[in-house]
Amino acid sequence: MGRYVIRRLLQMIPVFIGATLLIFLMVNVMGDPIAGLCGDKACDPATTAQLKKEFGLDKPVWQQYLTYMGNVFTGDFGTAFNGQKVTELMAAAFPVTIRLTIVAILFEIVIGITLGVVTGLRRGRPVDTGVLMLTLVVIAIPVFVTGLLLQLLLGVEWGVIKPTVSSDAPFNELLIPGLVLASVSLAYVTRLTRTSIAENSRADYVRTAVAKGLPRRRVITRHLLRNSLIPVVTFIGTDVGALMGGAIVTERIFNIHGVGYQLYQGILRQSTQTVVGFVTVLVLVFLVANLIVDLLYAVLDPRIRYA
Amino acid sequence: MRGATHAKWAVCAVVVALAASACGGGGGGGGGGANGIVSSSWGDPQNPLEPANTNEVQGGKVLDMLMRGLKRYDPKTGEAKNMLADSITTSDSQNFKVTLKDGWTFSNGEKITAKSFVDAWNYGANLKNNQKNASMFSYIDGYAQIHPKSGSPTADTMSGLKVVDDKTFTVKLNQKFSTWPDTLGYPAFAPLPQAFFDNHEAWLSKPIGNGPYLVDSYTKGSKLSMRKWTGYMGDDKAQNGGIDLKVYTDNNTAYTDLTAGNLDLVDDVPASQLKNVKADLGSRYINTPAGIIQTLAFPYYDARWNTPGAVKVRTGLSMAINRQQITDTIFQKTRTPATDWTSPVLGAAGGYKAGLCGKACDYDPAQAKQLITEGGGIPGGQLKISYNADTGSHKEWVDAICNSVNNVLGNDKACVGGPVGTFADFRSQITQSKMSGPFRAGWQMDYPLIQNFLQPLYYTGASSNDGKWTNADFDKLVDQANAETDQAKAVADFQQAEGVVRDQMAAIPLWYQNGSAGYSERLSNVSLNPFSVPVYDQIKVS
Repeated sequence: MGRYVIRRLLQMIPVFIGATLLIFLMVNVMGDPIAGLCGDKACDPATTAQLKKEFGLDKPVWQQYLTYMGNVFTGDFGTAFNGQKVTELMAAAFPVTIRLTIVAILFEIVIGITLGVVTGLRRGRPVDTGVLMLTLVVIAIPVFVTGLLLQLLLGVEWGVIKPTVSSDAPFNELLIPGLVLASVSLAYVTRLTRTSIAENSRADYVRTAVAKGLPRRRVITRHLLRNSLIPVVTFIGTDVGALMGGAIVTERIFNIHGVGYQLYQGILRQSTQTVVGFVTVLVLVFLVANLIVDLLYAVLDPRIRYA
Repeated sequence: MRGATHAKWAVCAVVVALAASACGGGGGGGGGGANGIVSSSWGDPQNPLEPANTNEVQGGKVLDMLMRGLKRYDPKTGEAKNMLADSITTSDSQNFKVTLKDGWTFSNGEKITAKSFVDAWNYGANLKNNQKNASMFSYIDGYAQIHPKSGSPTADTMSGLKVVDDKTFTVKLNQKFSTWPDTLGYPAFAPLPQAFFDNHEAWLSKPIGNGPYLVDSYTKGSKLSMRKWTGYMGDDKAQNGGIDLKVYTDNNTAYTDLTAGNLDLVDDVPASQLKNVKADLGSRYINTPAGIIQTLAFPYYDARWNTPGAVKVRTGLSMAINRQQITDTIFQKTRTPATDWTSPVLGAAGGYKAGLCGKACDYDPAQAKQLITEGGGIPGGQLKISYNADTGSHKEWVDAICNSVNNVLGNDKACVGGPVGTFADFRSQITQSKMSGPFRAGWQMDYPLIQNFLQPLYYTGASSNDGKWTNADFDKLVDQANAETDQAKAVADFQQAEGVVRDQMAAIPLWYQNGSAGYSERLSNVSLNPFSVPVYDQIKVS
């Protein structure tokens, strides 16, 4: 197990370097960021040169990348164009997005798995058909439609929630945005769980457990669910990263100043430091989430062992 | 038991969630009347908030609340009126003597003296400080030493600025510029307290100024709270208790918040909501002219656009654009078809002349087609209008213009839009002179002077002359206007120069842009100034 973890951690290094290099090159290809800083006017050439020097944009790209990576390892993610340290932006943005992601994941786990178990045990009944159709509808509707509709109905028409999230972004204000963000994944989790449960409920070990006279609740949670959760955990694990990076639409609709907002701003202003910094952290989140998923396999099913 | 540990985890998670939501309690607006707080939409300023470094509206509106300079533009008429200046006098349009009013202080108690101005201007002009508005000081003698075109500065201060005593300083310009005092209402010319130089970082995180408001708290990227400063010396004291500027990622979201009663003021009604705005807000929707004009500029560095025949082609193109139809349908009347190269906010006395463009700005398909053919047709056979596709929904109107041109020429492919991914890339293509056809050009005035609409844009080698247009007659007339001591004569000279721009069709004027805003029922006395920024200090809360 220990060796496996170390091997996985070592594998992360090339992935990490490759991903950051790609992002770095892509942002650089977009053109000269300083040109956009002076609005519709032209920046005066002397100031432009000075700014380029300050942000290190006057050097060749490979050199910029090396300097950047060197700094990253000392925890210095550089400065955004508005004079703020990127680490400062991260400190403001990540807690908000992490809260939003937690809400979304909780929805996925609680609602998704529950619905999945219920439908999986009642295949072909009206409940099953109903939920299947509902999930199909949710998957088919784009997130921004759900988001804007809920915002309009709950926020503007009925006044149940505030249509936008305040700058502190506490958990209670993030419930609806979290639900919107989770909606599509939630539907997938439901369907995955349902299929998995349906398949495993005919398995030998379930029959054995029932034959042993174990209470139904124990059969379902201990034997059936535990074995059925493997594909679901895989999905949720990769979804953690996807939700954090992909919250951009939801964050925009509900005016949440999280990672998506900072990335969007960074791309619009071509702030290499901001974009690369945030993406670097997101890459790390993806990698760690995947590692945790792999380790969880062994916990859920002892037959899957990593030497 | 395993089950027990699971339950414990769940309980912990709930406790953490509740605790977190309890910490983040958001306070609502406090009270009404003179202490009422106005919440307003805001965009994250692009640059650090300092006077000489702020060149866009979002940062500018904050400085307008926190800072007062020698002059201030009247929110209604745009006229430059003395604020901190007691008088600004000159006998030769080149040497100016500035005297300050008595008793003004910064909100930290520090007295405002001549030195507060001279230090601030020297800081703003110095190349070392990377201030994006440094060129605003370029008329002052000694600018070339403190801000050389290349290399490092050879001086720390501008030789043209001299402190005489606490209340007086003199300015020597490097050329005659009669209307120069009227430029001093621009935020870059604001005075700065010693605290700015002593601890720059601290000042940036909580700016100290001398305006009607002071900064209460500032969370970068999300919220800036300003409160009324009771010690403010000016006549334009705040009529409300303070302003909370909230950053919105999207102006549609801000508009939604306004309609839900969660926000008091939106100073940029999104184009997509213009259809509903009358029904949603009724008379609480403002749509007034601002000092902004949109034009199509041409790349004169491309020889094909610089021929005598090309003048006819440009004039023909101008006549091929149905301005009225585009402003009515695409912009829902928040733009007005342009008939000169300035803006109606200048007023007739300030140099605005309706109809100066004449027939060349009227939609006339037959004449347009004839002129374009006479001029040798569109250079290269196809007109490609470049614009940035990331913000401002420029695609719609560029496509509409092309449609208009295509109909006139009876050719589906005569004109196409040329989207550029980001604004920064668009600007960098322009500054590197890489444009092959006309491109979108917008000009928002720095100060309400006709000079500001002409000189920076069309004078040979001027800072915003993106098309590199050059014309000796025009330059001569501008120089003449600047040397004129009589304001009315100066304006007349500028208008004559504008006539040269028209005859050569240096750029095609499209439309004047309005400022639009919407506000909640709590507010009254809301208006927009000529820069399309709300006059925050006059807003009343009920």
